[in-house]
Amino acid sequence: MAEVSLKGEQRVFMTGNEAVAWAAVAAKVDIMYGYPITPQNEIMHYWTRLAPKYGKRFLQVEDEISAGFTTLGGVMSGRKAFTATAGPGNVLMQESAGMAEMMRLPIVYIIQQRGGPSTATVIYAQQETTLTCFGGNGEGHRIVYSTATHQELFDYTIKAFNSAWTYRFPTFVLGDGYQAKMREPLTIYDPEERGQTLVKPVALVGENIKGKQFKHLRNTYNTEDELYEVVMANQRDWDAMAPKVVEWDQKGCEDAEVIFVTHGVVSRAASTAYDQLRAQGKKVGYFRPITVRPFPDEQLGAAVKGAKKLLVAESAYGQLLKMVKTALYGSNVEIVPMLRPGVGITTEEIVEEYSKL
Amino acid sequence: MQELKENNVLQPAMPSSWNEESKPHKFCPGCGHGIILKALGEAIDELGIKDQVVFGCDIGCSLLSWDFFACDSVQTHHGRTTPVITGMKRANNEIIGIAYMGDGGGYAIGSQHLFNAAVRNEKITIILCNNCNYGMTGGQMAPTTLPGMKTETSPYGRDIEQTGAPTKGPEMVAAVAPEGAYVARGTVANVRQAKGFIKKALENQMAGRGISFVEILSGCPTNWRTNAKQTWEFIEKDMAQYFKVGELRVPQVKEG
Ligand SMILES: Cc1ncc(C[n+]2csc(CCOP(=O)(O)OP(=O)(O)O)c2C)c(N)n1
Ligand code: SF4
Ligand SMILES: [Mg+2]
Repeated sequence: MAEVSLKGEQRVFMTGNEAVAWAAVAAKVDIMYGYPITPQNEIMHYWTRLAPKYGKRFLQVEDEISAGFTTLGGVMSGRKAFTATAGPGNVLMQESAGMAEMMRLPIVYIIQQRGGPSTATVIYAQQETTLTCFGGNGEGHRIVYSTATHQELFDYTIKAFNSAWTYRFPTFVLGDGYQAKMREPLTIYDPEERGQTLVKPVALVGENIKGKQFKHLRNTYNTEDELYEVVMANQRDWDAMAPKVVEWDQKGCEDAEVIFVTHGVVSRAASTAYDQLRAQGKKVGYFRPITVRPFPDEQLGAAVKGAKKLLVAESAYGQLLKMVKTALYGSNVEIVPMLRPGVGITTEEIVEEYSKL
Repeated sequence: MQELKENNVLQPAMPSSWNEESKPHKFCPGCGHGIILKALGEAIDELGIKDQVVFGCDIGCSLLSWDFFACDSVQTHHGRTTPVITGMKRANNEIIGIAYMGDGGGYAIGSQHLFNAAVRNEKITIILCNNCNYGMTGGQMAPTTLPGMKTETSPYGRDIEQTGAPTKGPEMVAAVAPEGAYVARGTVANVRQAKGFIKKALENQMAGRGISFVEILSGCPTNWRTNAKQTWEFIEKDMAQYFKVGELRVPQVKEG
């Protein structure tokens, strides 16, 4: 078999974790910091195999708190740096994510969700959606891409670095154990060969320039007013950014009576259910936020205008549902939840749920 | 050093690596933090490394030094300065990374980071201010609080049966760090010596030999509720008796 490389477009058959490692190479990432946790491990396994061949580095640290903060160190010194985790590790990484929000540090986290709460399962869930969007003692000033396929894992990992370094907010790729461990075909490529621009990192501190103007970075403030100014400035930047990064996908919402609202890998089941039911002449629609933060509020609002019901399906107990309700505040479309914390959702199950409506 | 006379008034000597705009500093009168940072400033001056230094400070009274130096500086979270500086140094080897923290930051909430940075022999310099308590939060018991010492959370005196004996940080680092580590304990009661230790700790990092860790015994008169005489007595007698001052690990330097 020919060796996998980023030269030209290459059709490959690999796990999602491997796709992420390749995407990080493709995005010209300098260094990864990590701590083992299933189902994320193989990102580190592949990265540690690939890294030396591309002059990249890896540091295995003592826990996810350290993984988050060492990654921030890498970012501050002007390197493209990332880490990856899941479940309880995602919980521990929220401390560093908060510092990144406050200090506007372009860190990238790859999250392969597993069951929760606690240790739960190492398999799959969508129970880290709220945590990943709003973890920490702040306002959720971050970007979260919820992927559904391996191609998206590859594409959005590359994009995550660009978004992070453009807008300077912590950026998450929200995958899950299914995407992490499953194998499927995708095309890997060198984004620059495709004419895509890779945003260059800039050193915030530590550049060795004689007589340079030194910088003092902090996240502590003395007064309420000082803090208010900082948080509101970040909020304004985040609000200005939101329409530029928000992404969603929709099908058939124009004349749909029932619209399936899902995100991540569940949207694959919803998409197939949509195709099958449409083929039978059923007036169904499909809406999927790709960025769950910022959430496509307006787009969802417009899409459901003519619908009678929404079927909100997720592998969590109401995390997407809450976002949908917030987005649709004031609308009187009926929302039917299909909540399956920690378990997968199939096309058949969505079709069945639809037939009960 | 800056010009000593300004408007014909003699100014206190200040290391040129200090950020004059943030002086006078924000520590309480009689606090040891300022003395440690003066020694560090002079060591940076003498080594001429101001432009390569990234100074990281923890949360604790050390955070008051976030704009202390005319050097790139990063104020981090409580206990997380070690990983931040580690990550920086791993990503950019040219940086001279200094992690400055309190005993709570280094020995309690960030102890896993200190321990593992030592085990991995991270090429960074960690300077830790041991003032036997949590200064910033109002004088609670710290890992370093002496047996019988009264703090806000040990109001009847630290009972080591219940709370364990005070942490000996340099001894711990010296025990686990591989060859190439530099480990010492200094005191604000002997600034010349402390400065020498700090300078060696920076040189050790510059030579890329291994981790450099210096604990400095320091005073917190505000929370100790001590006057100047009592403060110095406590540092020089009580603390120094339990925490032995000196060098614990000095790398063998091959004769060139
Ligand atoms: C995660 C977290 N827990 C607790 C605190 C509160 N806190 C701030 S400073 C501090 C103790 C500082 O003590 P030390 O590290 O010894 O520094 P000192 O002030 O004595 O120099 C604590 C517990 C915090 N900022 N963050
Ligand atoms: S509280 Fe103690 S450690 Fe903090 S500045 Fe005052 S004297 Fe120094
Ligand atoms: Mg202290």
